[in-house]
Amino acid sequence: MADAELASAPPRRAAMRSETALLVLGLAILVLAPLAAQLLGEPFYVRLFTRIVIMAIAAVSLDLILGYGGMVSFGHAAFVGIGAYVTGILAYHAASGEALTTWPIVIHGSQNAFIVWPAAIALAALAAFVIGLVSLRTTGIAFIMITLAFAQMLYFVVIALQKYGGEDGLQMSDRSRLFPLDLGDRLVFYYLVLAILVAVVAFCRRLVESHFGMVLRGCRQNERRMRAIGFPTYRYRLAAFVIAGALAGLAGILLANSQNYVSPADMAWTRSGELIVMVVLGGMGTAIGPVLGAAAYLLLELLLGSFTTHWQAIFGPILIVIVLFARRGLYGALAGRPTDG
Amino acid sequence: MSAPLLIEQGLNGIQLGIMLFLMAAGLTLVLGIMNLVNLAHGSLYMLGAYFAASLQQWTGSFALAILLAVPATALVGMAIEMVTLRTLYSRDHLDQVLCTFGLILFLNEMTRILWGGLPLRMTLPPALAGTVALSGIAYPAFRLAIIATGILVALLLYLLIARTRLGMLIRAGASDRMMVGALGIDINLLFTLVFGLGAALAGLAGIMAGPLLAVQVGMGDGVLILTLVVIVIGGIGSVRGAFVAAILVGLIDTFGRILLPPALADIGIYVLMAAILFWRPQGLFPAHG
Repeated sequence: MADAELASAPPRRAAMRSETALLVLGLAILVLAPLAAQLLGEPFYVRLFTRIVIMAIAAVSLDLILGYGGMVSFGHAAFVGIGAYVTGILAYHAASGEALTTWPIVIHGSQNAFIVWPAAIALAALAAFVIGLVSLRTTGIAFIMITLAFAQMLYFVVIALQKYGGEDGLQMSDRSRLFPLDLGDRLVFYYLVLAILVAVVAFCRRLVESHFGMVLRGCRQNERRMRAIGFPTYRYRLAAFVIAGALAGLAGILLANSQNYVSPADMAWTRSGELIVMVVLGGMGTAIGPVLGAAAYLLLELLLGSFTTHWQAIFGPILIVIVLFARRGLYGALAGRPTDG
Repeated sequence: MSAPLLIEQGLNGIQLGIMLFLMAAGLTLVLGIMNLVNLAHGSLYMLGAYFAASLQQWTGSFALAILLAVPATALVGMAIEMVTLRTLYSRDHLDQVLCTFGLILFLNEMTRILWGGLPLRMTLPPALAGTVALSGIAYPAFRLAIIATGILVALLLYLLIARTRLGMLIRAGASDRMMVGALGIDINLLFTLVFGLGAALAGLAGIMAGPLLAVQVGMGDGVLILTLVVIVIGGIGSVRGAFVAAILVGLIDTFGRILLPPALADIGIYVLMAAILFWRPQGLFPAHG
């Protein structure tokens, strides 16, 4: 054991170095590229990067349960959708002046980020708690299907909300107000989103290295053994599920604000699938793998989409080949470090 | 609710349940025996409908379209199994989910390329296009035919699994794959055959949905999720559970639509699923243990 550790020490240090290099390079691109795009008068790329960073937040949150917790949740887009819809619906009521509820308490619409964002995150967390409570009683295939079914249920709920656009989605007149920032400014909004991504990545990294994270990773490797040594694994996994749901809700808030529009498509089951693809493409159980994965996925979509409208006919087989032959993900390939697991 | 309406909606519910059973039976066998999550099962349903619609246009015969489209879907299913899914049996569920998700993207898009984006329509032969008088209500003959076909298929499936040598191998494969292989059975061939059977059933469901709904790209996605709900409620790997759960889901969905306000109509079956799983996480009829 000690020998093995000694033997692996030098490559590990090398891996750390390339990891740091990757981190610095990635961050430099994320900081500078949109600025350059804005200066060159290419706002399209600012929007693209905004979308990449928002999807990256959602993917990082999914990786917490998928990569570290070993829970294949196929309904993660639902929490993104809840965050987005709470933002959109409160903005709708703020614009119309009509109260959201009048009984038992009066709730008015709002554009104030200090009210709307915590509310949206709390609601996403609550949904994750309820869904997790039922789904985490099962494992394996059943868990995949149940999370998928619950997400589909929420999808149908928002489609049934005729008042808020139903299938057509809901237009937002304005972005949330986050004093003293002007979120209407493209670049200001982008850097806020980027700062949130950095904070979320740092938070998740701290979390998985904490005692809580150790238990979570232990559950993935062998839940029965963790239970046998006395950990209430169900509660740990449920807590992770709720945290991931809350962070996904945060991504949803940002998504709604970035496109000034929320739509059922933001929480369709294919979107949940895309989030899983991003995590696996980038590297499961790594801190910045999901960020790489989100960037790679959206750039690939853009690239293939520029050749043909039938880009999914090409992307599908690419995905199959990646799954069959390149499991380490981009992060593993670039940083040369095996993923956690 | 008046009696005729009750009968009519009850039959509608059973008809939806039968369709779901055809989907769920194949999928639950694949899950139970090969331990494979196949999200592309809905694509086979879609392909069955497209094959039948095209064959009906070429041959002009509805019966011929069904007779040819079912084996065609089975062949496509077996080809998919041999090319991509075979390598996935030993992988974890996540790999299977991703790979079959990739298959869905590919098959949906290929269908759009080959058949175009516009929905196809299937027409019913005169014998099935009319209605049948049933104690005071005129019920569409085709829906009755679907119910009859589904019950017949369920019976045949029961006989196949409980009474034949192939069925014995299927059951043996479900309880211990390794041992069946060790006893000299060509497990790969068995898996391909089971997959083909599941594909044929999914294709048949798609064909029968063709005249009721529009044949279009993505028609399999919604059905896939309902099918997964059925399988989870029924218990993974259990054909009997799939039958009971399918009828249950069909009836609850149909009656939910007329009794509940629209906002709640679509979520009835999911609430049912949550309730059943909270009570029995293994589903109603767990196949193993």
